[in-house]
Amino acid sequence: MYGFLIGVGVLLLLSVIWMVYRIQTLVSVVKGSDRKLETTSNKVNAFLFIVFLVGTGALMTWYSIKEFDNYQLPVASEHGVITDELFWITMAVTGVVFIITHILLFIFPYKYQYKEGRKAAFYPDNHRLEIIWTTLPGVVLAGLVISGWMAWSDITAPAPEKAHVVEIMGYQFAWEVRYPGKDNVLGDYDYRLISASNSHGVDFTDKNATDDFPSSKVVIPKGEPVLFKIRARDVLHSVFAPHMRLKMDAVPGMPTRFWFIPTKTTAEMREELKNPEFEYEIACTEICGRGHFSMRKVIEVVEPADYQKWLAEQKTFIQQNPAIAAGQKAEVKEIAEIVKSVSNK
Amino acid sequence: MATATVAHQDTAVHEHHEHEHHDHEHHDNFITKYIFTTDHKMIAKQFLVTGIFWAIIGGFLSTLFRLQLGFPDMNLEFLRPLLGGWIDEAGKLDPTFYLALVTMHGTIMVFFVLTAGLSGTFSNFLIPLQIGARDMASGFMNLLSYWFFFLSGVIMFISLFLKTGPAGGGWVVYPPLSALEQAIPGSGMGMTLWLISMTLFIASSLLGGINYVTTVINLRTKGMSFSRLPLTIWAFFLTAVIGILSFPVLFAAALLLVFDRSFGTSFYLSDIYVAGEALPNTGGSPVLYQHLFWFLGHPEVYIVLLPALGITSEVIATNSRKPIFGYKAMVVSLLGITVLSFIVWAHHMFVSGMNPFLGSIFMFLTLIIAVPSAVKVFNYLATLWRGNLIFTPGMLFSIGLVSFFISGGLTGVFLGNSAIDIQLHDTYFVVAHFHLVMGSASFFGLMAGVYHWFPKMFGRMMDAKLGYIHFWLTFVGVYMIFFPMHYIGIAGFPRRYYSWTNYEFANMYSDLNMFVSVAAIITFAAQAIFLFNFFYSMYRGRKATLNPWSSNTLEWTTPLHPKHGNWPGEIPTVYRWPYDYSKPGAAEDFIPQTVPLSQTPESNLPHEQELVKLELEIMREEAELLTANGSKH
Repeated sequence: MYGFLIGVGVLLLLSVIWMVYRIQTLVSVVKGSDRKLETTSNKVNAFLFIVFLVGTGALMTWYSIKEFDNYQLPVASEHGVITDELFWITMAVTGVVFIITHILLFIFPYKYQYKEGRKAAFYPDNHRLEIIWTTLPGVVLAGLVISGWMAWSDITAPAPEKAHVVEIMGYQFAWEVRYPGKDNVLGDYDYRLISASNSHGVDFTDKNATDDFPSSKVVIPKGEPVLFKIRARDVLHSVFAPHMRLKMDAVPGMPTRFWFIPTKTTAEMREELKNPEFEYEIACTEICGRGHFSMRKVIEVVEPADYQKWLAEQKTFIQQNPAIAAGQKAEVKEIAEIVKSVSNK
Repeated sequence: MATATVAHQDTAVHEHHEHEHHDHEHHDNFITKYIFTTDHKMIAKQFLVTGIFWAIIGGFLSTLFRLQLGFPDMNLEFLRPLLGGWIDEAGKLDPTFYLALVTMHGTIMVFFVLTAGLSGTFSNFLIPLQIGARDMASGFMNLLSYWFFFLSGVIMFISLFLKTGPAGGGWVVYPPLSALEQAIPGSGMGMTLWLISMTLFIASSLLGGINYVTTVINLRTKGMSFSRLPLTIWAFFLTAVIGILSFPVLFAAALLLVFDRSFGTSFYLSDIYVAGEALPNTGGSPVLYQHLFWFLGHPEVYIVLLPALGITSEVIATNSRKPIFGYKAMVVSLLGITVLSFIVWAHHMFVSGMNPFLGSIFMFLTLIIAVPSAVKVFNYLATLWRGNLIFTPGMLFSIGLVSFFISGGLTGVFLGNSAIDIQLHDTYFVVAHFHLVMGSASFFGLMAGVYHWFPKMFGRMMDAKLGYIHFWLTFVGVYMIFFPMHYIGIAGFPRRYYSWTNYEFANMYSDLNMFVSVAAIITFAAQAIFLFNFFYSMYRGRKATLNPWSSNTLEWTTPLHPKHGNWPGEIPTVYRWPYDYSKPGAAEDFIPQTVPLSQTPESNLPHEQELVKLELEIMREEAELLTANGSKH
């Protein structure tokens, strides 16, 4: 019944629109207005550009100011402060261009709408003007690029040697975290060694691996350099820690890295935002399949002293599961050795 | 040039022949006239109608996933008759199918609508008409180009109905996801069909492109030098050049992917443990695929954008009744964009794990490309300045395009900066950016072209008032959809997410997402106005006059319904550039390209007055040659 009523309603609406359309066409034919150029429609359209300019301009300004704290994520890393600054400088520069060009783009149609008897200016070029507006964007962009390049070089420079290493491995559809333990060197791994008990594929014949330990969340110290070693087990993933302004793809077969210095502990951030539930999060930003949207991992930033305490409390892979190394089949280990020696050559 | 002259004469003779036997035309049956035609005008219409069909499909898919994003709690049971098993028992959209929807929306819109539908339609329709040629250099290749595209579409369409779903790895189909059926079901048969379809599409695109380039180089009418080409033709020409150089690389990327998928090679695959099994592949690199893909992928952006910019230049100049400002600068910036488009691709890969030094290089190159783009915008503004503007629907859509080009172009300055891109990469900021600058801008170019050249295509006018309504609803609608996405993106919402509720940093803005979804659905529905206007006017629209917009270019010198061959007699000769609008001294506010300078002494500029002598000399020689030829017969 509903369907029928909706159908009738739609039909009625369509026929009304149809009638209006026919009538206005016929009226315009009778009046001969379809041959004129300085028409009401022309004036209305010209005016609508002004309405659009004012209306959307007001909407944009209002919303940008009202929601500022909502869309501007708090920043919690040293380089993030710099990239945020670059972002807002770029926003200021492009914002000015955006507003000026749009004012011109929508005022001109109003101001120069068709008038009977007026002739447009024959103005095919002006070399000086063109040179100015070619070089000006060039210079401005050069400034933006150079500042961006300097920031980028610093961010992507090799990590300081004392950086705390954390390995983050993406797989469908979660992240696994491994710490190097006391030696701050991660043990070797091989994807052929992956099994139900050894999800990282850690090669326990490597003595660096003996003190490696897993963690259910990423714990890092505030104010000290942290190096994320990133890899993927199956398809592409991407580590995105929005508050850290950090993003790097996880690529199977090609380990990547990103280092940074966190500046606020989770506790400090909770206080700042007055949100006792707050957690730093990691999300996946490279499409990886059905569960792409659900690869959440928590980062906990703590004071350096607390970090040392936490480290001391952790149990290594081998402590947690002494059978894990024994579980590795000799021949698989052998293949891994061969591959390693070949790739080292 | 010799061959070109011969070809000219051949077609001229052929045309002459047809005129003597008028009944020849009437023997065209349905199949040779509408289906396997070699007439560029009919092929253009085939591309257009097919493009519109795909635009409806692509747009509809987007409303489906916008429903999910805007109304995550909605019961989608009512879609079950259409989507069947993709709606689960709880009435929710399947997350895998959600990814397939985004993938298909992207593929369809980028390739089928904005490449084939835009370039295919207007390059085909306008190149011969505006340069003064009887048809394309090879009508048969042109026919093949359409039918390869058609076949490619059929295969893609079939893939939508597979049980395992169509390809679902994003329109970029990055391996390993696109190579491993174990990772996502769409990478099975769906991906195979995607690859076959794209291969056919590449063939179609190359056949078309080679034809466009050849035609523009060889078949220009007398007097139509490159410096007198309308900017539309410059744009189509350079678009075709970009396509010819970049599409083969996509084919290479796809071919290697086929090998990895089916023949056990390891071009892109390495060290993979998936579905409880370690794969034997080692040594491949997924980043290699990204380099190859974006070597096409980035030029592709300009393949969809340049024709739209060309159309806009033409429509804005005509309806401002003013010459386009800085013709030479416009051509040089088109050339600049063409060259630069090939050396910026890796800005899509700043955080892909490639060497950061490469990132620095590509950041510099990328921001250079903003300069010619800025020049184009300033030139459009200067063209509007002190014009006498007539707001035809085509003109409105062109102004809308300039607005999108500015808005979307400026956000490119953020994304091209690798330091800022770290945060914004693969968030909704990117979605907003490319939907404005490439999606909506090109779509508006397509619309401007349809409204402007409809009278030439079908000999009838589209209804202007419906056009105005269509424009304003779409213009406002597009901004309401994509502008809010900037905020969502700055807040860090990642792309291709089925839902954001898992995250604390991205769980606000359910209201804004709802707003975007409503705007998207309304804007999509508003396209019905266009569809009605388009198909109704085709049969019942008011009869057009020969030159309804008082335009200068050659296509308006053809009869109302040009036959195959375009001009009944001689092809007109061109004596001037196409932008003599509102020339001081001239009686009318336009002087078509076919009017000799010697006939307009009152409006000639000093340097043109000097050309008159040369022109008269050439005309005399021509006349002598004609009489000599005539006496020989």
